[in-house]
Parts: sequence; structure tokens; C-alpha cells
Amino acid sequence: MSNYTQMWSDLGLDLNAHDALLSILGEAYQSIFLSQKDRPEGMKYFDFVMSEVHGLRIRELLDAKAAGRKVVGSYCVFVPEELILAVDGISVGLCAGAEFNFEGAEEVLPRNICPLIKSAFGFKRGLVCPYVEASDIIVGENTCDGKKKAYEVLAPMVRDLYIIDLPQMKSDAGKALLKDEYRKFMKKLEDASGRKITVETLKKGIEITNAKRKAVKRLAELRKADPAPISGLDALLVNQIFFYDDPVRFTNSVNALCDELEQRVKDGVGVFPQNTTRLLVSGCPMAVPNWKVPMIVESSGAVIVGEESCVGERGTRWLTDEKGETVDELLDSITDRYFQIDCAVFTPNPSRVDHVKDMYRRYNAQGVIHYSLQFCHPYTIESGPVEAALEKAGIPVLRLETDYSQEDAGQIKTRVEAFRERIEAQ
Amino acid sequence: MRAAGIDIGSRTVKLVVIEHGQLVLTQKRLTLHDPLEMASELVRGVNYDTITATGYGRHLFKSLHECGIVSEIKAFAMGAKAILPRCRLILDIGGQDTKAISLTAEGEMNKFEMNDRCAAGTGRFLEVMAAALGYTLEEFSKAALSAKRPEKINSMCTVFAESEVISLTARGAARNEVALGIHKAIVSRAVALLRRVSPPQEVFFAGGVALNECMRALIGQELGVPVFVPPEPQIVGALGAALHAAGEAHEMRRTVEAVEVNRL
Repeated sequence: MSNYTQMWSDLGLDLNAHDALLSILGEAYQSIFLSQKDRPEGMKYFDFVMSEVHGLRIRELLDAKAAGRKVVGSYCVFVPEELILAVDGISVGLCAGAEFNFEGAEEVLPRNICPLIKSAFGFKRGLVCPYVEASDIIVGENTCDGKKKAYEVLAPMVRDLYIIDLPQMKSDAGKALLKDEYRKFMKKLEDASGRKITVETLKKGIEITNAKRKAVKRLAELRKADPAPISGLDALLVNQIFFYDDPVRFTNSVNALCDELEQRVKDGVGVFPQNTTRLLVSGCPMAVPNWKVPMIVESSGAVIVGEESCVGERGTRWLTDEKGETVDELLDSITDRYFQIDCAVFTPNPSRVDHVKDMYRRYNAQGVIHYSLQFCHPYTIESGPVEAALEKAGIPVLRLETDYSQEDAGQIKTRVEAFRERIEAQ
Repeated sequence: MRAAGIDIGSRTVKLVVIEHGQLVLTQKRLTLHDPLEMASELVRGVNYDTITATGYGRHLFKSLHECGIVSEIKAFAMGAKAILPRCRLILDIGGQDTKAISLTAEGEMNKFEMNDRCAAGTGRFLEVMAAALGYTLEEFSKAALSAKRPEKINSMCTVFAESEVISLTARGAARNEVALGIHKAIVSRAVALLRRVSPPQEVFFAGGVALNECMRALIGQELGVPVFVPPEPQIVGALGAALHAAGEAHEMRRTVEAVEVNRL
């Protein structure tokens, strides 16, 4: 650890607070992840990444910056990594998954705001996120009202905040807006990096990003097996690291993990006994280190077999078409790809519930946990109609609304256990 | 075979033992600050062959005793169905939880809702409000029933509602009307949970709060349905747990279901 003290200090981190954060994280990781039984060997790589998430990875980012590359931080799956890679930039997801320095966040934000936003501010104002401090550009996006307005408050606190506007309806005009926004973002990246985006660099960016998506899709596919070859917690972790790690190395590591899991499936080896109750989670993203609900679920005798979430299939299910002879054609492909994301900020948003039904079938799930972050209006409001539509289709649903605190863990555990009992009685 | 069920709730621990479809023992005591010790004391010297724990202390109990585990939601569903086989909708208001549970036509647990995190609308809320008005729990319910009109209580947060009650009485509001307002506030919340799990139908009302006459009357009025309250509404969860214990031994279920109506 101490090798990095100088680096953290140079980044302007609050060393005491940062040490405290790392120690809490380390303990949580130990008790939640390392204590799991029969974990795949391939998870060792991801354990290593997590153990160095504020260390080696940050050094890599700083080395890349020294070599003239740009680090672009973001909070949302609507920010196209393809474009960032096309200027040889590095895309990183920023910290927003822990209840850290909420009192500091509440000095500038209302108390009743979603924990993800509050967390981002807690990290920033507490000076404990090396990713934020290492970012040359931070990209905000106009998804929900909470984030949109919070970015106005964030702007003066960071070096260079760039906002991407987003449509709210899946109309032709909406799509045109998105393409225009991506074109402007491209220009922003070109100006910041001094590099021109060409057909070749953009194609390369698309290929790298697609390969990463294909790897996690392969992982998802393997979770159809019963017994489940990997826990939902570990699969979630891979999907979380998706946002931080070097994309090529990440892809190779996920594929190596999948090779091992394929063998497990062939041998009928799993992390839970066969016929363990299989649940799907649908709803708000779970950013690192938000492991609360999956931990409760998997310590209550059920296994999570899929995530309909931005940190999960909603974020990775579509590939970008690699065909195209001009930058503009490739930009069309990128726009087409991202325009399909069925985030609850869109109205109406029917494809999301179709996708949940589809995942329920594909992964042989037996129930759906609808997960909303407290004060996230798009998902909490959508949870009612989603629940009604799923129950109508004969799919049992448990609706949870929670935040990053542990105070309701007991109640959630009771509800998850009762949900499992309901499913098992059928 | 004697099957026991223990329901370790936030305010009280309940123990039930059944044998040949008969309730042979029911016991209750305050949980206080040490649920595990209270629960262990309650089962000490009690004769049973198998036991299942439920309630928020169930996992804690399992750490010390060999037992089955069932969630209190399922336990209430099982207990209620045993007492009243036709029941399809259950309301349980305990010390720190409010639960609404609907059963399928076959009597299996279907949808359920539960208050999350805070004590709003639970037994604890009633206790704090009764104390704020200087009533015992019994007086509190009686006073509410005697009121012609309710004072409107806006806050459901135990802390905020307490200060609301204090400012109402400071303004000279009638104590019994404030009491009725508090009961109505809890009922509207419970009714919202019930409506989320089922269309209105007869409600099986369990948990300590079912002992409150005003609550029973208001739930029935508000939903326009009959309310069934078993003679010992607090032991329904423990009975469900005992049935769970018995069921796992594959013997008693049928007979128990048939019997307890006359026994209880």
C-alpha cells in the first residue's frame, strides 16, 4: 500500500480518509467475496484488480497520462467508450457505490437525493476517489433530473466537466439529437487529445469495446446452467470491473474465466447445489462497492443468475455494428447501438419489461427482484408497472427500494427469504 | 411428537408447542435487550422434539440451537391458515414491522408487502404516541373510540409525529381526538399495504396491535370487510413456526389444521 502514498498525495487525496475507506473496503471484500465457497480460479484476477483498484490501476492511468493519453471519467453507460478509445483515451467509471462522506455531500445537495449521486459527491468532496482526481475530462449526461441538476453543482469542483444531452423519447428527433451530441463529444475528445478520429481509429475502438461486451455476454450465457457455475456476486463484480480495467486485459481475463466455467458446466460443478432458487435482479445499477442486496440474496439460499441493469445486461447486451466506410457511418452505428438502451429515463420504455421477461426465460429464473435506489424516480416509478406486467405473466416479483446504508438489511433479508419461500412453495 | 415454534420479535418472544394437533403450550415474554438469552430462557426445560425459529432473531437463535428457520412472513401465513382455513388476506402489525400477506386460492403465500426500515405505523409507534398523550395502551384505544372526530396527524415518522402530537395538545386539541387521529394514520398506512397485495376481502388481523379494539374497528371500516382476530393474535407467527417444524417431520400438518380453531 505505502508504495502508493506519494501518488495519492500528488493526486490531492485526503490520505487519512482514503486509508479509512480502503480499510472498510478491504474488510467488506474479505467477508463478502473471499469467504464464498468453491469460487472459480479465474476470479483471482478480479480479486487482484480489486485489491489494486486504487493502486496499480491508478499508476497505469498516470503513466498513460504522462505518455500523452487522456483519462475520461463518466457515470453512465450512455457515454460511448468507442469514441474515447478512438482518440487513444482511457475510459473509467467513477466511484458512486458507497455511503462515504454523505455529510459532505449534504452540504451541497438535498438530503433526499439518490445515494448514487450522493456517493459521487461524497467521494469527490472527501477527496478519496483517485479516478475523479486523475480524470482529464469528466463526462456528465442528462439522464435523470437528479444527475442533470447535480452536474451543475459538480462543475466548479472538477477540472473539466463535459455534458452530453440525451433525448427522453425513442423518436427520430430523439435519435438525431443523440447523434448530434455524440458528434460534439467526438469533437471535444479530438480537441482535448489533439488526435483526429479516423475510420481506422474508430473501428479499432468499436472492436475493443465489442470484444469486451462479447466476453461478458459469454459469461452471462454460462450462468444459464444449473448448478450455477459462478455466484451472482462474482458475476456482478466482473460487470463492475468492466468499467475500470484496461479493456483488452479485462476481455482476456473474462474469457479465461469463461473457459474454466465451461468446464464446470460440463462437469456439473457449481457454487450452489443444483435446484437452488434462481433469481434475476432488475433495476438500478449497482456501482462498486454496492454489494448489499446480492450479498443478502446469496446468503439466503438463492442464487442470482442475471442482472437487468446498467451494470449488467442493459449496459452490455448490444454490440456496435463494425461495418461502415466513413466516420459518419460509424457514428450512425454507435448512435443506433446506444439509442436502444432501455433506461427508465425514457418514456415510454416498453422494451425494458420485454427484456426482463426474456432474461427470466433464458436464464431459467424463478423470480425477479426489482431493485430501486431510494429517491431514484425513474426506476421507483417504473417498478409498479413492471411488477404488474411481470406478475401478470406469472413471474413472481419482489420489489425492493433501498439505499447504501445497512439499517434495513434485516428487513430485506426477511423479505428475500419469504420471497424464496413463496417461489419454493409453487 | 411435540413440535415447537419460537417467534423472536423486536418487543416480545413467543413460544408455542403443539402435539397431535393440539396447542399444548404458549408462552410470551419481553425481548428486552438480549433476544437470544430471552429466547433461550423461554425454551429451557420445555419438552419438544423439533423446533423452528422465526422473527427477526431467528438466525441468532439458530447460531445456538438446532432448529429450522422460516421467515415471519411465511410463518404468519401458515399460522393464520391453520387458525382460519378460509383466510386469504393477512395483516400483522407487530412491534417493528407491519406486514400484509395475500394467499393463493390454494392457501399458499402469494404477494406480501412490509414496511421498510422505520417504525412508522407499527406497534412501537402506538406505544410512543400513547406515552406522548399520557395514556396506557388500553386507555389509548378506548379514548380513540370515544372521539367523535379525529385530529389529522400528518407525519408517520415516530419522532416527527411525537412532536406533532405535542404541538396539537399544546394548542388545546382534545386528547381523545388526537388519539383517534393517530389510529387513523396507522390504519391508512396498513390499508395501503393490504390493497397492494389483494383486492379488499376478509382480513385476518394478527400481531400485538390486533389487541387494540380501535385498530380492529377502523381496519374493517376503512376496507369495508370483516376483520377476524384470533384470541391470541400475538402467537400466530410462533404457531406457524411450530407447524413448519411439524411439517418437516411429515406427520402432523392435517390434524393441526383441523384442530386449533376449537382450541384457540
